[in-house]
Amino acid sequence: MDLSLNNIHHFYGDVEILSGINFEIKSGEIVCIIGPSGCGKSTLLRFLGGLERPSSGEVLQIGSPPEACLNPLTYIFQDFALLPWRTVEGNISLALEDHRIPKQEIERIIDNVLGRTKLTDFRSALPRQLSGGMKQRVAIARALCVNPAVLLMDEPLSALDSQTRELLMDDLVDLWTRERFTACYVTHNLAEAVRLGHKIVVLSRRPGKIREIVSIDTPLADRKNDLVKLEQQQNHLWNLMREEALAADMELNDV
Amino acid sequence: MSDSITHTQTNTSTRLARPVPFRGGGFRIGTVPWLSPFVFVGLILFWYWGSSSGFIHPLVLPSPGESLQAFINLAQSGMLWKHVSASVQRLVIGWTSGTILGISIGLAIALSSLARATFAPLVAAIMPVPKIALLPLFVIWFGIGEGSKVATILFGVFFPTVIATYGAVDNVDRSLIRMGQSFGLSWSSIVRKIIFPGALPAILSGFRISASIAIILLVAAEMIGAEFGIGAYVLLAGSLMATDQLIAGVAVLSLLGLTVSFLIGRAERYFLRWRT
Ligand SMILES: Nc1ncnc2c1ncn2[C@@H]1O[C@H](COP(=O)(O)OP(=O)(O)OP(=O)(O)O)[C@@H](O)[C@H]1O
Ligand SMILES: [Mg+2]
Repeated sequence: MDLSLNNIHHFYGDVEILSGINFEIKSGEIVCIIGPSGCGKSTLLRFLGGLERPSSGEVLQIGSPPEACLNPLTYIFQDFALLPWRTVEGNISLALEDHRIPKQEIERIIDNVLGRTKLTDFRSALPRQLSGGMKQRVAIARALCVNPAVLLMDEPLSALDSQTRELLMDDLVDLWTRERFTACYVTHNLAEAVRLGHKIVVLSRRPGKIREIVSIDTPLADRKNDLVKLEQQQNHLWNLMREEALAADMELNDV
Repeated sequence: MSDSITHTQTNTSTRLARPVPFRGGGFRIGTVPWLSPFVFVGLILFWYWGSSSGFIHPLVLPSPGESLQAFINLAQSGMLWKHVSASVQRLVIGWTSGTILGISIGLAIALSSLARATFAPLVAAIMPVPKIALLPLFVIWFGIGEGSKVATILFGVFFPTVIATYGAVDNVDRSLIRMGQSFGLSWSSIVRKIIFPGALPAILSGFRISASIAIILLVAAEMIGAEFGIGAYVLLAGSLMATDQLIAGVAVLSLLGLTVSFLIGRAERYFLRWRT
C-alpha cells in the first residue's frame, strides 16, 4: 500500500502552517521528514494517519493493505503513550482487543512481538518500572502487533538518551531488513534521517513547504560502514536547513 | 592567571574542607506511626484530669467515665446496633445511588456536548443550594420515612460526584485518547479502557468529599422524624440535656467517619496500585 499527499495546505486560524505539500510514500520505503521546529511536521503526520484533516488537499491510500493488517496506519508517539495502569502485555493487547481475535491467538501475537522487540522478560511489568528505551520498545511492539501497512513515527527516539537511541536505531534497521516495513519518520535529528531514510523530505520554516527531497540509495544495513558518506549527506541536509532553522528560531511562536 | 591556579592547588590541603550544606529536605510527608494514638490518648487523659479535678464543670462537658458508661448502656440495651444499622443502611443506599448517578451524569457531561449544554448549567445552579434546606420538600415528595432521608443523602452526594467526574475526565491525558483513536478503538473501548481508568484517581479523591458530606447529611436528615439512627439518638440526647449520651453518639459518628475513610483508603490502594 502506498500513500500519496496531494497538494496539502493547512491553516490553524489565520496562520498558514503547511503549503503545497506533495510527495509519496512507496510500499517498503522509509520516508523521513525533517524541518525546523514548528514547521508542521507533526501536523503533517497527523494528516497521514487520519487523526486530523488538512484545510485543503488530500491524503490518498493507493492499493489496499494486506489481508492480515489490523490497523493499516499505526503511530509510534514521541511520548510513548502507554497506559500507566496496564502491564506491558496489557498495553499491547489493548490494540488487539477490539478485533474479535480468539484468546490464544492474542497470546500468540503478543509472544511474537515481545520476542521481536526483546521484551519477553518484561511481559508483566508496569510502565513506571521501565526505562525510557524500554517504554519505546513496548510502543514499537504494540505497533507491530497490528501488522501495520505503514508505521507513522513522530520523533520516536527524541525522548531517549543518545546511547539508547543508537541501540533502538539499530533495532529499527534490523527490523526493516527483515520485514521491509513502510514508514514515515518525523525527526529533527539529521543523523537519524540519514541512517533510516530512503527518502528525506526537507521542509522549510513555517509555512512549511518542501525545500528538497533527498534520496539515499545506500542500503540501510550498509550505512553504518560508510561513515564518511553518511557525514557528507548529513552536511548536505544541514546546509539546506541552516538558514531555515536560524530564521525559525528567531520567530515568535504564538499561533 | 596560571599563578593563581597553582596557588589554589597547593593550598587545598591547608584550607578548611566541609560538606556541601544539604538543602533538599522538607516538603515530603513521611509517616510518624506512634504519634496519632498518642494525641488521642493525651487528649482523653487531659479531659479525664480536667473532669476529676473540677477544672471542667460536669455541665460543660461530662467526664469520660460518664460518657463511656452512656456508651456501654447503649450497647447493652441493644439499641446501639439498631441505631447504627439504620444509619449505615441509609448511608450505603444514599451514597451508592448518588455516586452511581453522579458518575454517569458526570461522564455524560464530559463526553457529550449535548449533555454538557443540558446538565452543566443545571448542576451549577443547584450545586450551591444546601441540600438540607430541601429536606422538607423531600419529606413531601418521598414521605417522612426512609425515602426523604435517602434522597437528601443522594442529592448531597450527587453534585460533588458530578463535578469531580467531569473535571477528572477533562484532565485525562489527551495523548492517550489520541493513541486509542490511532489504533482504531471503538468509542466505548476508549471510554472504558482509557478515559475511565485515567479519571479514576480524581474520582476516588472525590469520594472522600462526598462520603463526608453524606455523613453530615445523614445526621441532619435523621433529626426529622426518625425513630432509629445515630442522628436521632444524638438529637434526643441533646433535647434531654443528656450530654453524656450526646458525647457517646458523637463518638459513634466519628468512628463511622474513620471507618469510611479507611475503606476509601483501601479502595484507593487497590484500584491505583499502578501508581508509585
Ligand atoms: N491544534 C493546534 N491549534 C493551533 N495551532 C497549532 C495546533 N497544533 C500545532 N499548531 C501550531 O502549528 C505549528 C506546527 O506545529 P507542529 O507541531 O506540526 O510542528 P513541528 O514541525 O512538529 O514542530 P516540532 O519540531 O517542534 O515538533 C506550530 O507553530 C504550532 O504552534
Ligand atoms: Mg512535532
